[in-house]
Amino acid sequence: MQKINNQRTGAFGEEIATQYLIAHHAEIVERNWRIREGEIDIVALQRSGVFAFVEVKTRSSIAFGHPLEAITRDKARRMQRLALGWLATHGCFGCEYQIDAVAVLLAPDGSHTIEYRANIL
Amino acid sequence: MSLAQTLSVALLGLDGHIVTVEVDIADGLPMYSLLGLPDAALSESRDRVRAAMVNCGESWPNRKVTVSLSPAWLPKSGSSFDVAICIALLSANQSIATERIRDVVFIGELALDGRIRSVRGVLPALMAAHKAGVRTAVVPTANYEEASLMHSMEIIPMEHLKKILSWLRTGERECAQEIDLAWQPNDDRLDFADVAGQPQARLAAEIAATGGHHILLIGPPGTGKTMIAERIPTIMPALDIAQALEVTAVHSLAGTFATRSPTSLTAPIVSPHHTTTRVAMVGGGAHAIRPGACSLAHNGVLFIDEAPECPPGVLDSLRQPLEAGSITIARSIGNVTFPAQFLLVLAANPCPCGKFSGRGRNCTCTSQQVRRYLGKLSGPLMDRIDLRVHLDPVGRLDMARTDLGESSADIRKRVIAAHAIATARFEGFGWSLNSQIPSRALRSTFKPERAAMSFLHDELESERITARGLHKIARVGWSLADLHAHEIPTLEDIQQAHGLRSGIEL
Repeated sequence: MQKINNQRTGAFGEEIATQYLIAHHAEIVERNWRIREGEIDIVALQRSGVFAFVEVKTRSSIAFGHPLEAITRDKARRMQRLALGWLATHGCFGCEYQIDAVAVLLAPDGSHTIEYRANIL
Repeated sequence: MSLAQTLSVALLGLDGHIVTVEVDIADGLPMYSLLGLPDAALSESRDRVRAAMVNCGESWPNRKVTVSLSPAWLPKSGSSFDVAICIALLSANQSIATERIRDVVFIGELALDGRIRSVRGVLPALMAAHKAGVRTAVVPTANYEEASLMHSMEIIPMEHLKKILSWLRTGERECAQEIDLAWQPNDDRLDFADVAGQPQARLAAEIAATGGHHILLIGPPGTGKTMIAERIPTIMPALDIAQALEVTAVHSLAGTFATRSPTSLTAPIVSPHHTTTRVAMVGGGAHAIRPGACSLAHNGVLFIDEAPECPPGVLDSLRQPLEAGSITIARSIGNVTFPAQFLLVLAANPCPCGKFSGRGRNCTCTSQQVRRYLGKLSGPLMDRIDLRVHLDPVGRLDMARTDLGESSADIRKRVIAAHAIATARFEGFGWSLNSQIPSRALRSTFKPERAAMSFLHDELESERITARGLHKIARVGWSLADLHAHEIPTLEDIQQAHGLRSGIEL
């Protein structure tokens, strides 16, 4: 039951992040691109022509720390490998890209706050 | 602005360097990097600072925090940077304004609840800050007494992070309690009156205190060697303020204020156990170089009981500081010089069983054992010992006497008078103690009287003393002359000095 809940929370957070990107004039290229090594939550193409690979962390409380603290150095590196994988399989190898992270905090009253950190590497 | 800086001090030995603590808070994943060659204790500051901040109701910046301690090449150690890092962080995070933290040095370790704990080396750190032109310092309340010795600085004692923050935000703080900074004169808990008999050892102690001559006490157990050695500081003249500051600075670095008050004017006495290592004796350490026993005894007495039991090399490591009055320790992080001008007092049993005195009737040692035992005190070291005294077991006459021996206060009066004579005599020569007279001066400006010199020359001629021995005897002669108010050493002074030096031939 808890697991399903967490999945729902995650999906909701990703939806919020997607809306945020669209509002900031980015084109959503792909969502939840999954290969054996892992998953990229959102691939977006910004107006500047730079691909953004976005990791979304959603939390309903900060009892276990800030959401972005869950992204360790190793995890950020793995995201870079995944990003290169995506670019290679989509014929965009060599394009300019960046790794972004988004923290979505859900409040009990249904409101949410979003924190967007660009280019975290 | 997500950039801020505060000041603190890094110590390398007694030399302090002003350290600029810069904090940058940038966008990126939450992380914390500490630059500037921190050691283990300093690297752990992150967790202390974070817990203290959160527990004081401040928010921790969940961003990329870079803390740089500059100059970056200087290795830094210890927990004393916590407060400076914390204030710089809060300032970079826009939680506090920057104007009040400019030109203020922050020193102190943070407890997890925000209390500020005492650290070592506050006095030398403040001396360095003052030299660099800083006039205000925030220190832990527990270090307030030693910090107050810096009269020319505004010292702000703080016991809690919250109090620092309210001061920085509102400009208001509790007035620091005025503390009574009277220098404490000699403490008289120990007194020479307690020592029964031993007139020769008492005399030798008095001469040692007068001229700074090193002394060896040999005698069977229970004759008062330790008692006499422990009481030598009580007959030494009180330190002057400059000397006391030197002593307090070294003790501050070693963190030994539990046993010695920072405002004490009594000459320090340090008695390391005979199993001590060379590093503990002269100072050392890999990360932070700490002063050893011989520096803690600076301007005072270094007393080594059971000297022949010391591991080989430990006593001999004292030869260089005995000569130079300071000790330079070289480690990979740098060279450090500590002052080490001390009066060496060695005590020894005459043999392994301790009973080889008088006729040695009860001694169970073989003659070879006896010879080997004192032979452990090396020749070059013994050469630097001017006074060698044999203590005999206390006889029934001494014990039966109801009148006490002379008190420390009385002896000290004589020592101070003799000291004054010597200091006046050496005005402008660059030394102040009889034991420091250079040999050349002993043969020209400070020659004993003619009869005394011819006595010494006779001894030299008959090879009973060496040339170095001649000079040593002349130096002790000067101390005796000062004590007896003779203008220059007389034949009698010199003969007495000769007797004290060669009382024990090793």
